[in-house]
Amino acid sequence: MDLNILWFILITVLFIGYFFLEGFDYGVGMLLPFMGKDDAERRAIINTIGPHWDGNEVWLLTAGGASFAAFPNFYATLFSGFYLPLFLMLLGLIVRAVAFEYRSKEDSLKWRYNWDWMIFLGSFIPAFLWGVAVSNLLIGVPIDSTMTYTGGFFNLLNPYALVGGITFVVLFLFHGSLFLSLKLGGEMRDKAKESANKYWIPAVVMAVIFVVYTYFAVPSFSASAVALISALIAAVALILAGIYAKGGKMGLGFIMSSLTVVFVTILAFATLYPNLMFSSTSPANNLTIYNASASPYTLTVMSYVALILVPFVLVYQAWSYIIFKKRITKDSEMTY
Amino acid sequence: MGVLELSRWQFAITTVYHFFFVPLTLGLTIAIALMETKYVRTGDEDYKKMAKFWGHLFLINFAIGVATGIVQEFQFGMNWSEYSRFMGDIFGAPLAIEALLAFYMESTFIGVWVFGWKRLSPKAHAATAWLVAAGSNLSAIWILSANSFMQQPVGYELANGRAQMVDFWAIIGNPHLWLQFPHIFTAGMVQAGFFMMGVSAWHFLHKTKNITPFKKSIRFGSTYALIGIVLVILIGHFQAQHLLETQPMKLAAGEALWETENPAGESLFAIIDQDNHKNTVDLKIPGFLSFLAYDSFSGEVKGINDLQKEYEQKYGAGKNYIPNVWLSYWSFRIMVFVGFLMLLLAFIAFIKSRKEEFNCKPLGLKTFIWSIGLPILSVAFGWIFTEAGRQPWLVFGLFRTEDGVSKAVSVGEAWTTLIGFTILYAILIVFTIQLWVKYAKHDMELEPETSTSEA
Repeated sequence: MDLNILWFILITVLFIGYFFLEGFDYGVGMLLPFMGKDDAERRAIINTIGPHWDGNEVWLLTAGGASFAAFPNFYATLFSGFYLPLFLMLLGLIVRAVAFEYRSKEDSLKWRYNWDWMIFLGSFIPAFLWGVAVSNLLIGVPIDSTMTYTGGFFNLLNPYALVGGITFVVLFLFHGSLFLSLKLGGEMRDKAKESANKYWIPAVVMAVIFVVYTYFAVPSFSASAVALISALIAAVALILAGIYAKGGKMGLGFIMSSLTVVFVTILAFATLYPNLMFSSTSPANNLTIYNASASPYTLTVMSYVALILVPFVLVYQAWSYIIFKKRITKDSEMTY
Repeated sequence: MGVLELSRWQFAITTVYHFFFVPLTLGLTIAIALMETKYVRTGDEDYKKMAKFWGHLFLINFAIGVATGIVQEFQFGMNWSEYSRFMGDIFGAPLAIEALLAFYMESTFIGVWVFGWKRLSPKAHAATAWLVAAGSNLSAIWILSANSFMQQPVGYELANGRAQMVDFWAIIGNPHLWLQFPHIFTAGMVQAGFFMMGVSAWHFLHKTKNITPFKKSIRFGSTYALIGIVLVILIGHFQAQHLLETQPMKLAAGEALWETENPAGESLFAIIDQDNHKNTVDLKIPGFLSFLAYDSFSGEVKGINDLQKEYEQKYGAGKNYIPNVWLSYWSFRIMVFVGFLMLLLAFIAFIKSRKEEFNCKPLGLKTFIWSIGLPILSVAFGWIFTEAGRQPWLVFGLFRTEDGVSKAVSVGEAWTTLIGFTILYAILIVFTIQLWVKYAKHDMELEPETSTSEA
C-alpha cells in the first residue's frame, strides 16, 4: 500500500471520528432549546457534552490540517471553492464555542436562552452544511484544469445537496437523542428516549432517499463494492438502532446509530476513491490522491507523526469519557 | 479593492484579533498550573482559590481564542489557495502536527480540568493543568515553525512548481523559530502577569475584604511579568540582529533607513516620504543603530535603496521589494516603546509587592488596571511589523503575496466574509469584556463559580 492510499484512509478515519463525535454533539445542540423546558434541564443537556465538545471539534481541525499536509491541492480547491458555505459554517462554530462557555455566566434567563439559540444555530448550520458539502463532493462540481472551482455559491445548493444536508441533520438528531438517553438521568432520560423514537422514522426515510438518489446520481457509487456494502450496513444499523431504542436498549441503539454515521462516512469516501473531488467539467480535472498530494517525503514524515501520536489521542480522549461516565440529572453539579 | 486586498485585510483583522487572546492563554495556563502545584505541595488554600479564580477568567479567554482559531486553520485554503498549493508540503505538516499533538491535548484536558475538581485526586487534577499548559505552548511552537519558514525558508527544494520539504528537522530547527518562539512564550508571561496585576489592583482599589489571595496574585503576577518582559526585550534584541542577516530589508524599513550608513544612527522620530525614498524629518541618536546591530558603535547597516538594488539583481529587475516603510517604522516603534513602558511598570509593581503591605496610590492602581491592555497592544504591533515588514513577499525570497490569493473567490464573496467576520468579532469582544469585568470583580472568598456550581 502506498502512502497516498494510507493518507486517504487516515483522512477518512478523521472524518469518521468527527462525524461520529460531533454528530451527537450537533444533535444535542439542536435538541437543546426544544427538549430543555427550563434552565435546569438545559444545563443538564449541555453538561452531557460539556467536558467533550471541544475535544470532539479537534477532529475537524485535525481533518483540515491533515488534508492540508497530505493533499494540499484538495485543501486548496475545496475550501476556496466551497467558500461561502465554509464561511457560514465557521460563523456557526465560532458562535457555538463561545455560547457554551458564556451562556451560564450571567443569571438572566434572556441572556441564557439567547445563547441557547446560538448553540442551536451553531449546531444546525455545520450539520446541514456538511451534508451539503459531502453530497457535492459525491455528485461532482465544476473544476477547471488548474484545479480551480468555477461554480459559484448557488451551484452548491442543488437538490441532491439539499437532500444530503437534511439527511445529516435528522441523522444527527437521532444520534444525539440516543447519546442523551445514555447520559441523562431521571425524567430527562425518558424525554431523550421519546426524542430518539420521534426522529427514527425521519432518519430512516431521509437515509433511504439519500442512498437511492446517490445510486442514480453518482455513477461511481454503484461501481464501488465497498460503498454498496457500507450503504447496506448503515441501513441495517439504522433500522436496528430504532428497534433497540423502542425496546429500551439505549446502549445498543447508540452503538447502532454510531455504526450508521461511521458507514455513511465510509460510503462517501469509498465512492470518491481514488479521487478526492470529481470535476463535473471533465474527468481529466478530477483531484486524485496522486495529483493532489504532498511530496513522498512529507507523507513519510506525517505517517510517522500520526503513528506515534494518534494512539495517545485515542487513549486519553477515551479516558476523558470514562471519568465523566456518570449520568447527569437536574440536581447534578453543573459546570456550564 | 480586489480579492487580494480584501483577503489581506481579512487575514490581518482575524489574525490580530485571534492574537489578542493567544498570549494570555500561553502565559496564564502555566501560571494556573504553578498555582495549583503550589496548592498541592503546601496545602495553602489561597493557591487553590487563585487557580480557580484565574482559571475562570482564563476560560472566557480560551473560548474566544479557540473559536477564532478555527478560522485561522481554514482561511489559508479559503483565501490563499494558491499559497496553500505552493506551501502545502511544508505548511500543512506543522498545522496537522499542531492539531494532533497540541489541540487534542489542550482541549481534552481543559474539559477534564474544568469538570474534574471532584472526580480526580488533587495531584492528578494539577497534572491536567500542566497538560493544558503544555498543549497550548506546544501549539505555539508548531504554528510558529510554519510562520518562521515564511520569514526564513529552510529545509526545502523548489520542485513541481512548489516548495517541497526535504528536511523536516531543519524546519523545526529553523533559527528564526528559536528566537520567535521564546519571544512569544515570554510575551505570554508578560500578558498573564499584567492581567493578574491589573485585576488584583482593582481589588486593592475597591478594598476587597479578603485581599490576601490578591496580594499573593499581584506578587506572583509582577514577578512573572518582570521576568517575562526582561526576556522579551533581550530576545527581541537578538531577533533584530538576526533580521540584519536574514531580512535586512525588514530591519531597514523598521528604522526608515533609506541610505546605507556607517556608523548608523537610531531614529527616534521620522516623517516618512515613501514616494521619494526619504524622510523629511529624522531625529537620530548617532551610531546607536550600529551599536544595537553589532554591539559596537561602528558597523555598516544597509539602507532600503541599496537593498532594493541588491534584490533586483537577485530576484529580478523592475519589481518593488520595499515594504510599507511608514507602517513598519511605527509598528516597530510602538512595540518597543510599550515594551519599555511595561518594563518600568512591572519593576514598580514587583518592588511594591515585595513589601508586607501593598501600598499604592489610587492613581497607581488605576494605571495597573489600564495596563492590562499594554501587552495586547505591543504584541499586535509586533505581529504587524513582522508580517508587513516581510512584504512584498509571502514566503521570503520565494513567493510573492499577490501570487498566493485564491482564484475561485469573487470580490463579492471576499467582501461578505471580511464584513461578516469583522462584525461578529466586534460583537463577541463586547460580550467577552462584559464577562471579564463581571468575573474579575468576584471576591475569591466567594467561590468564583457561584453562578455555575448550583443547578
